[in-house]
Amino acid sequence: MNQNIIQKYTQLNRNKIILGSVLIILLFLFILFSLSIGGYQLSLRQIYRALIGQGEGAAELIVWNIRLPRILAAIMAGVSLAVSGAVMQCTLRNLLASPYTIGISHGAMFGAAFAIILFGIGGAESTGKIFIHSPYLVTVFAFFGSLSAAFIILLLAKLRNFAPEAIILAGVAMSSLFSAGTMFMQYFANDLQLAAMVYWTFGDLSRPLWTEVGIMAVLMILSVTYFIYKRWDYNALESGEESAKSLGVNTEKTRLFGMLVVSLLVSVNVAFLGIIGFVGLICPHLVRILIGGDYRFVIPISSLIGALLLLVSDTVARTIISPMVLPVGILTSFLGAPVFLYLLVKMHKR
Amino acid sequence: MILSVDNIEFSYRNKIVLKNIKFKVKRGEVVSILGMNGAGKSTLLKCINRILKPKRGTILVDGFNLNQLDEKGVARNIAYVPQNVTGNNISVFDAVLLGRKPYIKWDVSNKDLEITGKILKLMHLEEYALRNANELSGGELQKVIIARALVQEPKILLLDEPANNLDLKNQMEVMKIIKDISKTQNIASVVVMHDLNLALRFSDKFIMLKDGMIHSEGNSGIINSENIKDVYNVDAYVDHYKGIPVVVLA
Repeated sequence: MNQNIIQKYTQLNRNKIILGSVLIILLFLFILFSLSIGGYQLSLRQIYRALIGQGEGAAELIVWNIRLPRILAAIMAGVSLAVSGAVMQCTLRNLLASPYTIGISHGAMFGAAFAIILFGIGGAESTGKIFIHSPYLVTVFAFFGSLSAAFIILLLAKLRNFAPEAIILAGVAMSSLFSAGTMFMQYFANDLQLAAMVYWTFGDLSRPLWTEVGIMAVLMILSVTYFIYKRWDYNALESGEESAKSLGVNTEKTRLFGMLVVSLLVSVNVAFLGIIGFVGLICPHLVRILIGGDYRFVIPISSLIGALLLLVSDTVARTIISPMVLPVGILTSFLGAPVFLYLLVKMHKR
Repeated sequence: MILSVDNIEFSYRNKIVLKNIKFKVKRGEVVSILGMNGAGKSTLLKCINRILKPKRGTILVDGFNLNQLDEKGVARNIAYVPQNVTGNNISVFDAVLLGRKPYIKWDVSNKDLEITGKILKLMHLEEYALRNANELSGGELQKVIIARALVQEPKILLLDEPANNLDLKNQMEVMKIIKDISKTQNIASVVVMHDLNLALRFSDKFIMLKDGMIHSEGNSGIINSENIKDVYNVDAYVDHYKGIPVVVLA
């Protein structure tokens, strides 16, 4: 009997690993699909030859300079946002916590708007396309904007002893504060600056080049490794503050470091890509509905679902009204809002 | 003595909550901590396993000073069942397995799985093992949390009002489990209790707290009219029914 239960239990865990493997395969197939589809269709053979460096001019250019960085950015951002959402929901003890809902994204928006108006960065080409001069400066300001939002939340959380309702309320307050600040600057901005600010806020995966993708990748790998290492601590935290302490977890430290890593990860992502809402909120919840709340599986599987979701969304975004390319942020928010409402209703029922 | 608590003092924002708390517990014993709301019962439990850090005093477990152990070390010696637990979205097996946290290095070992299986069987929780912990009733969940504590292989088990919010049948069952396990596993249980009759029925020793200090300590003899009047400010008398002491409110 005893052996029987353990066997059944390990079988269940094996099923979750199988799900993870299926997701990896799906992701891989979708990468290939995404490489091939677009304004210029590529065959698998062309993609293969381009990847090994023997492609013809156009194909190689499209694969290496346009599609691959964009696909990798989607994967990095998807993983980063989803895993951040999962960890935030645990460390802040709130189902509604995500980079978007607690004001980190709005902090970034404020930072970017500040840089654009203060340094007069931003303008329009003769074709009418909006561009941003020295995007790095905007990125740096966005980074510090989001980081400061994260730290204010962290500080409030610490002072209020991580009371769940306090965090979300603080997030709402922070979001509206940063939004007001952004609108204030928009009011005084000229047409071009205004256009640049609005353009910046659309989460867009076409921005990062190889360097940015590299930075995102390194940070993502380090963070995800850290989160996986802490998975048992997160499981303990989910069972309640006192239970976790009695299981030997230093809860304050675990929360603080978790939030620090998340803040850094999200800030870099928002700074490079703009605002991509709701991926961080939806993915962990989807995973919990699918396989339960065990962080040994929530972290890796959320990552995979995040990557897949953002890659699919972006592929749709750039092909649905081709040759026009929609910013992916619009699509994910469209998807996210109904899910968010559904969660609210479901939470209320409890 | 498996547990010696000596001269514990704890204050919260300059208000003294516990003062000069001193008692000893033997292996296999069940000790009930009694007293009014706010007397410091829960605080005392939390001081024992260092969820709260007492201002002064020492706690020895099996002769070892707890101050010299890190969080994991404490967790390997003392398990704690808090008040008002809620089940989360993991299987009962996972919820119990979590008790192995203080021993897990990178991942669970076969030994961790074996112990979890063994305790699930001991607590008659096998049929629930793969159900979700948030679908359980109050009594079932309380048993799961006690099972998690046992999987920690503690020398001391602390329970904060384990019979609270349970129906009569489950109250009896949970208390019986605590008593039986203390004897069979040879561990000491320190239990915060509200129901004097339940405490009398299942404990070997009693500690009555009043205003953060020990009012009286000893066997069932200390649960008498004067002490009850003194500690709870309630008139009651103690009678015996078939050899079991029973507190009857006047």
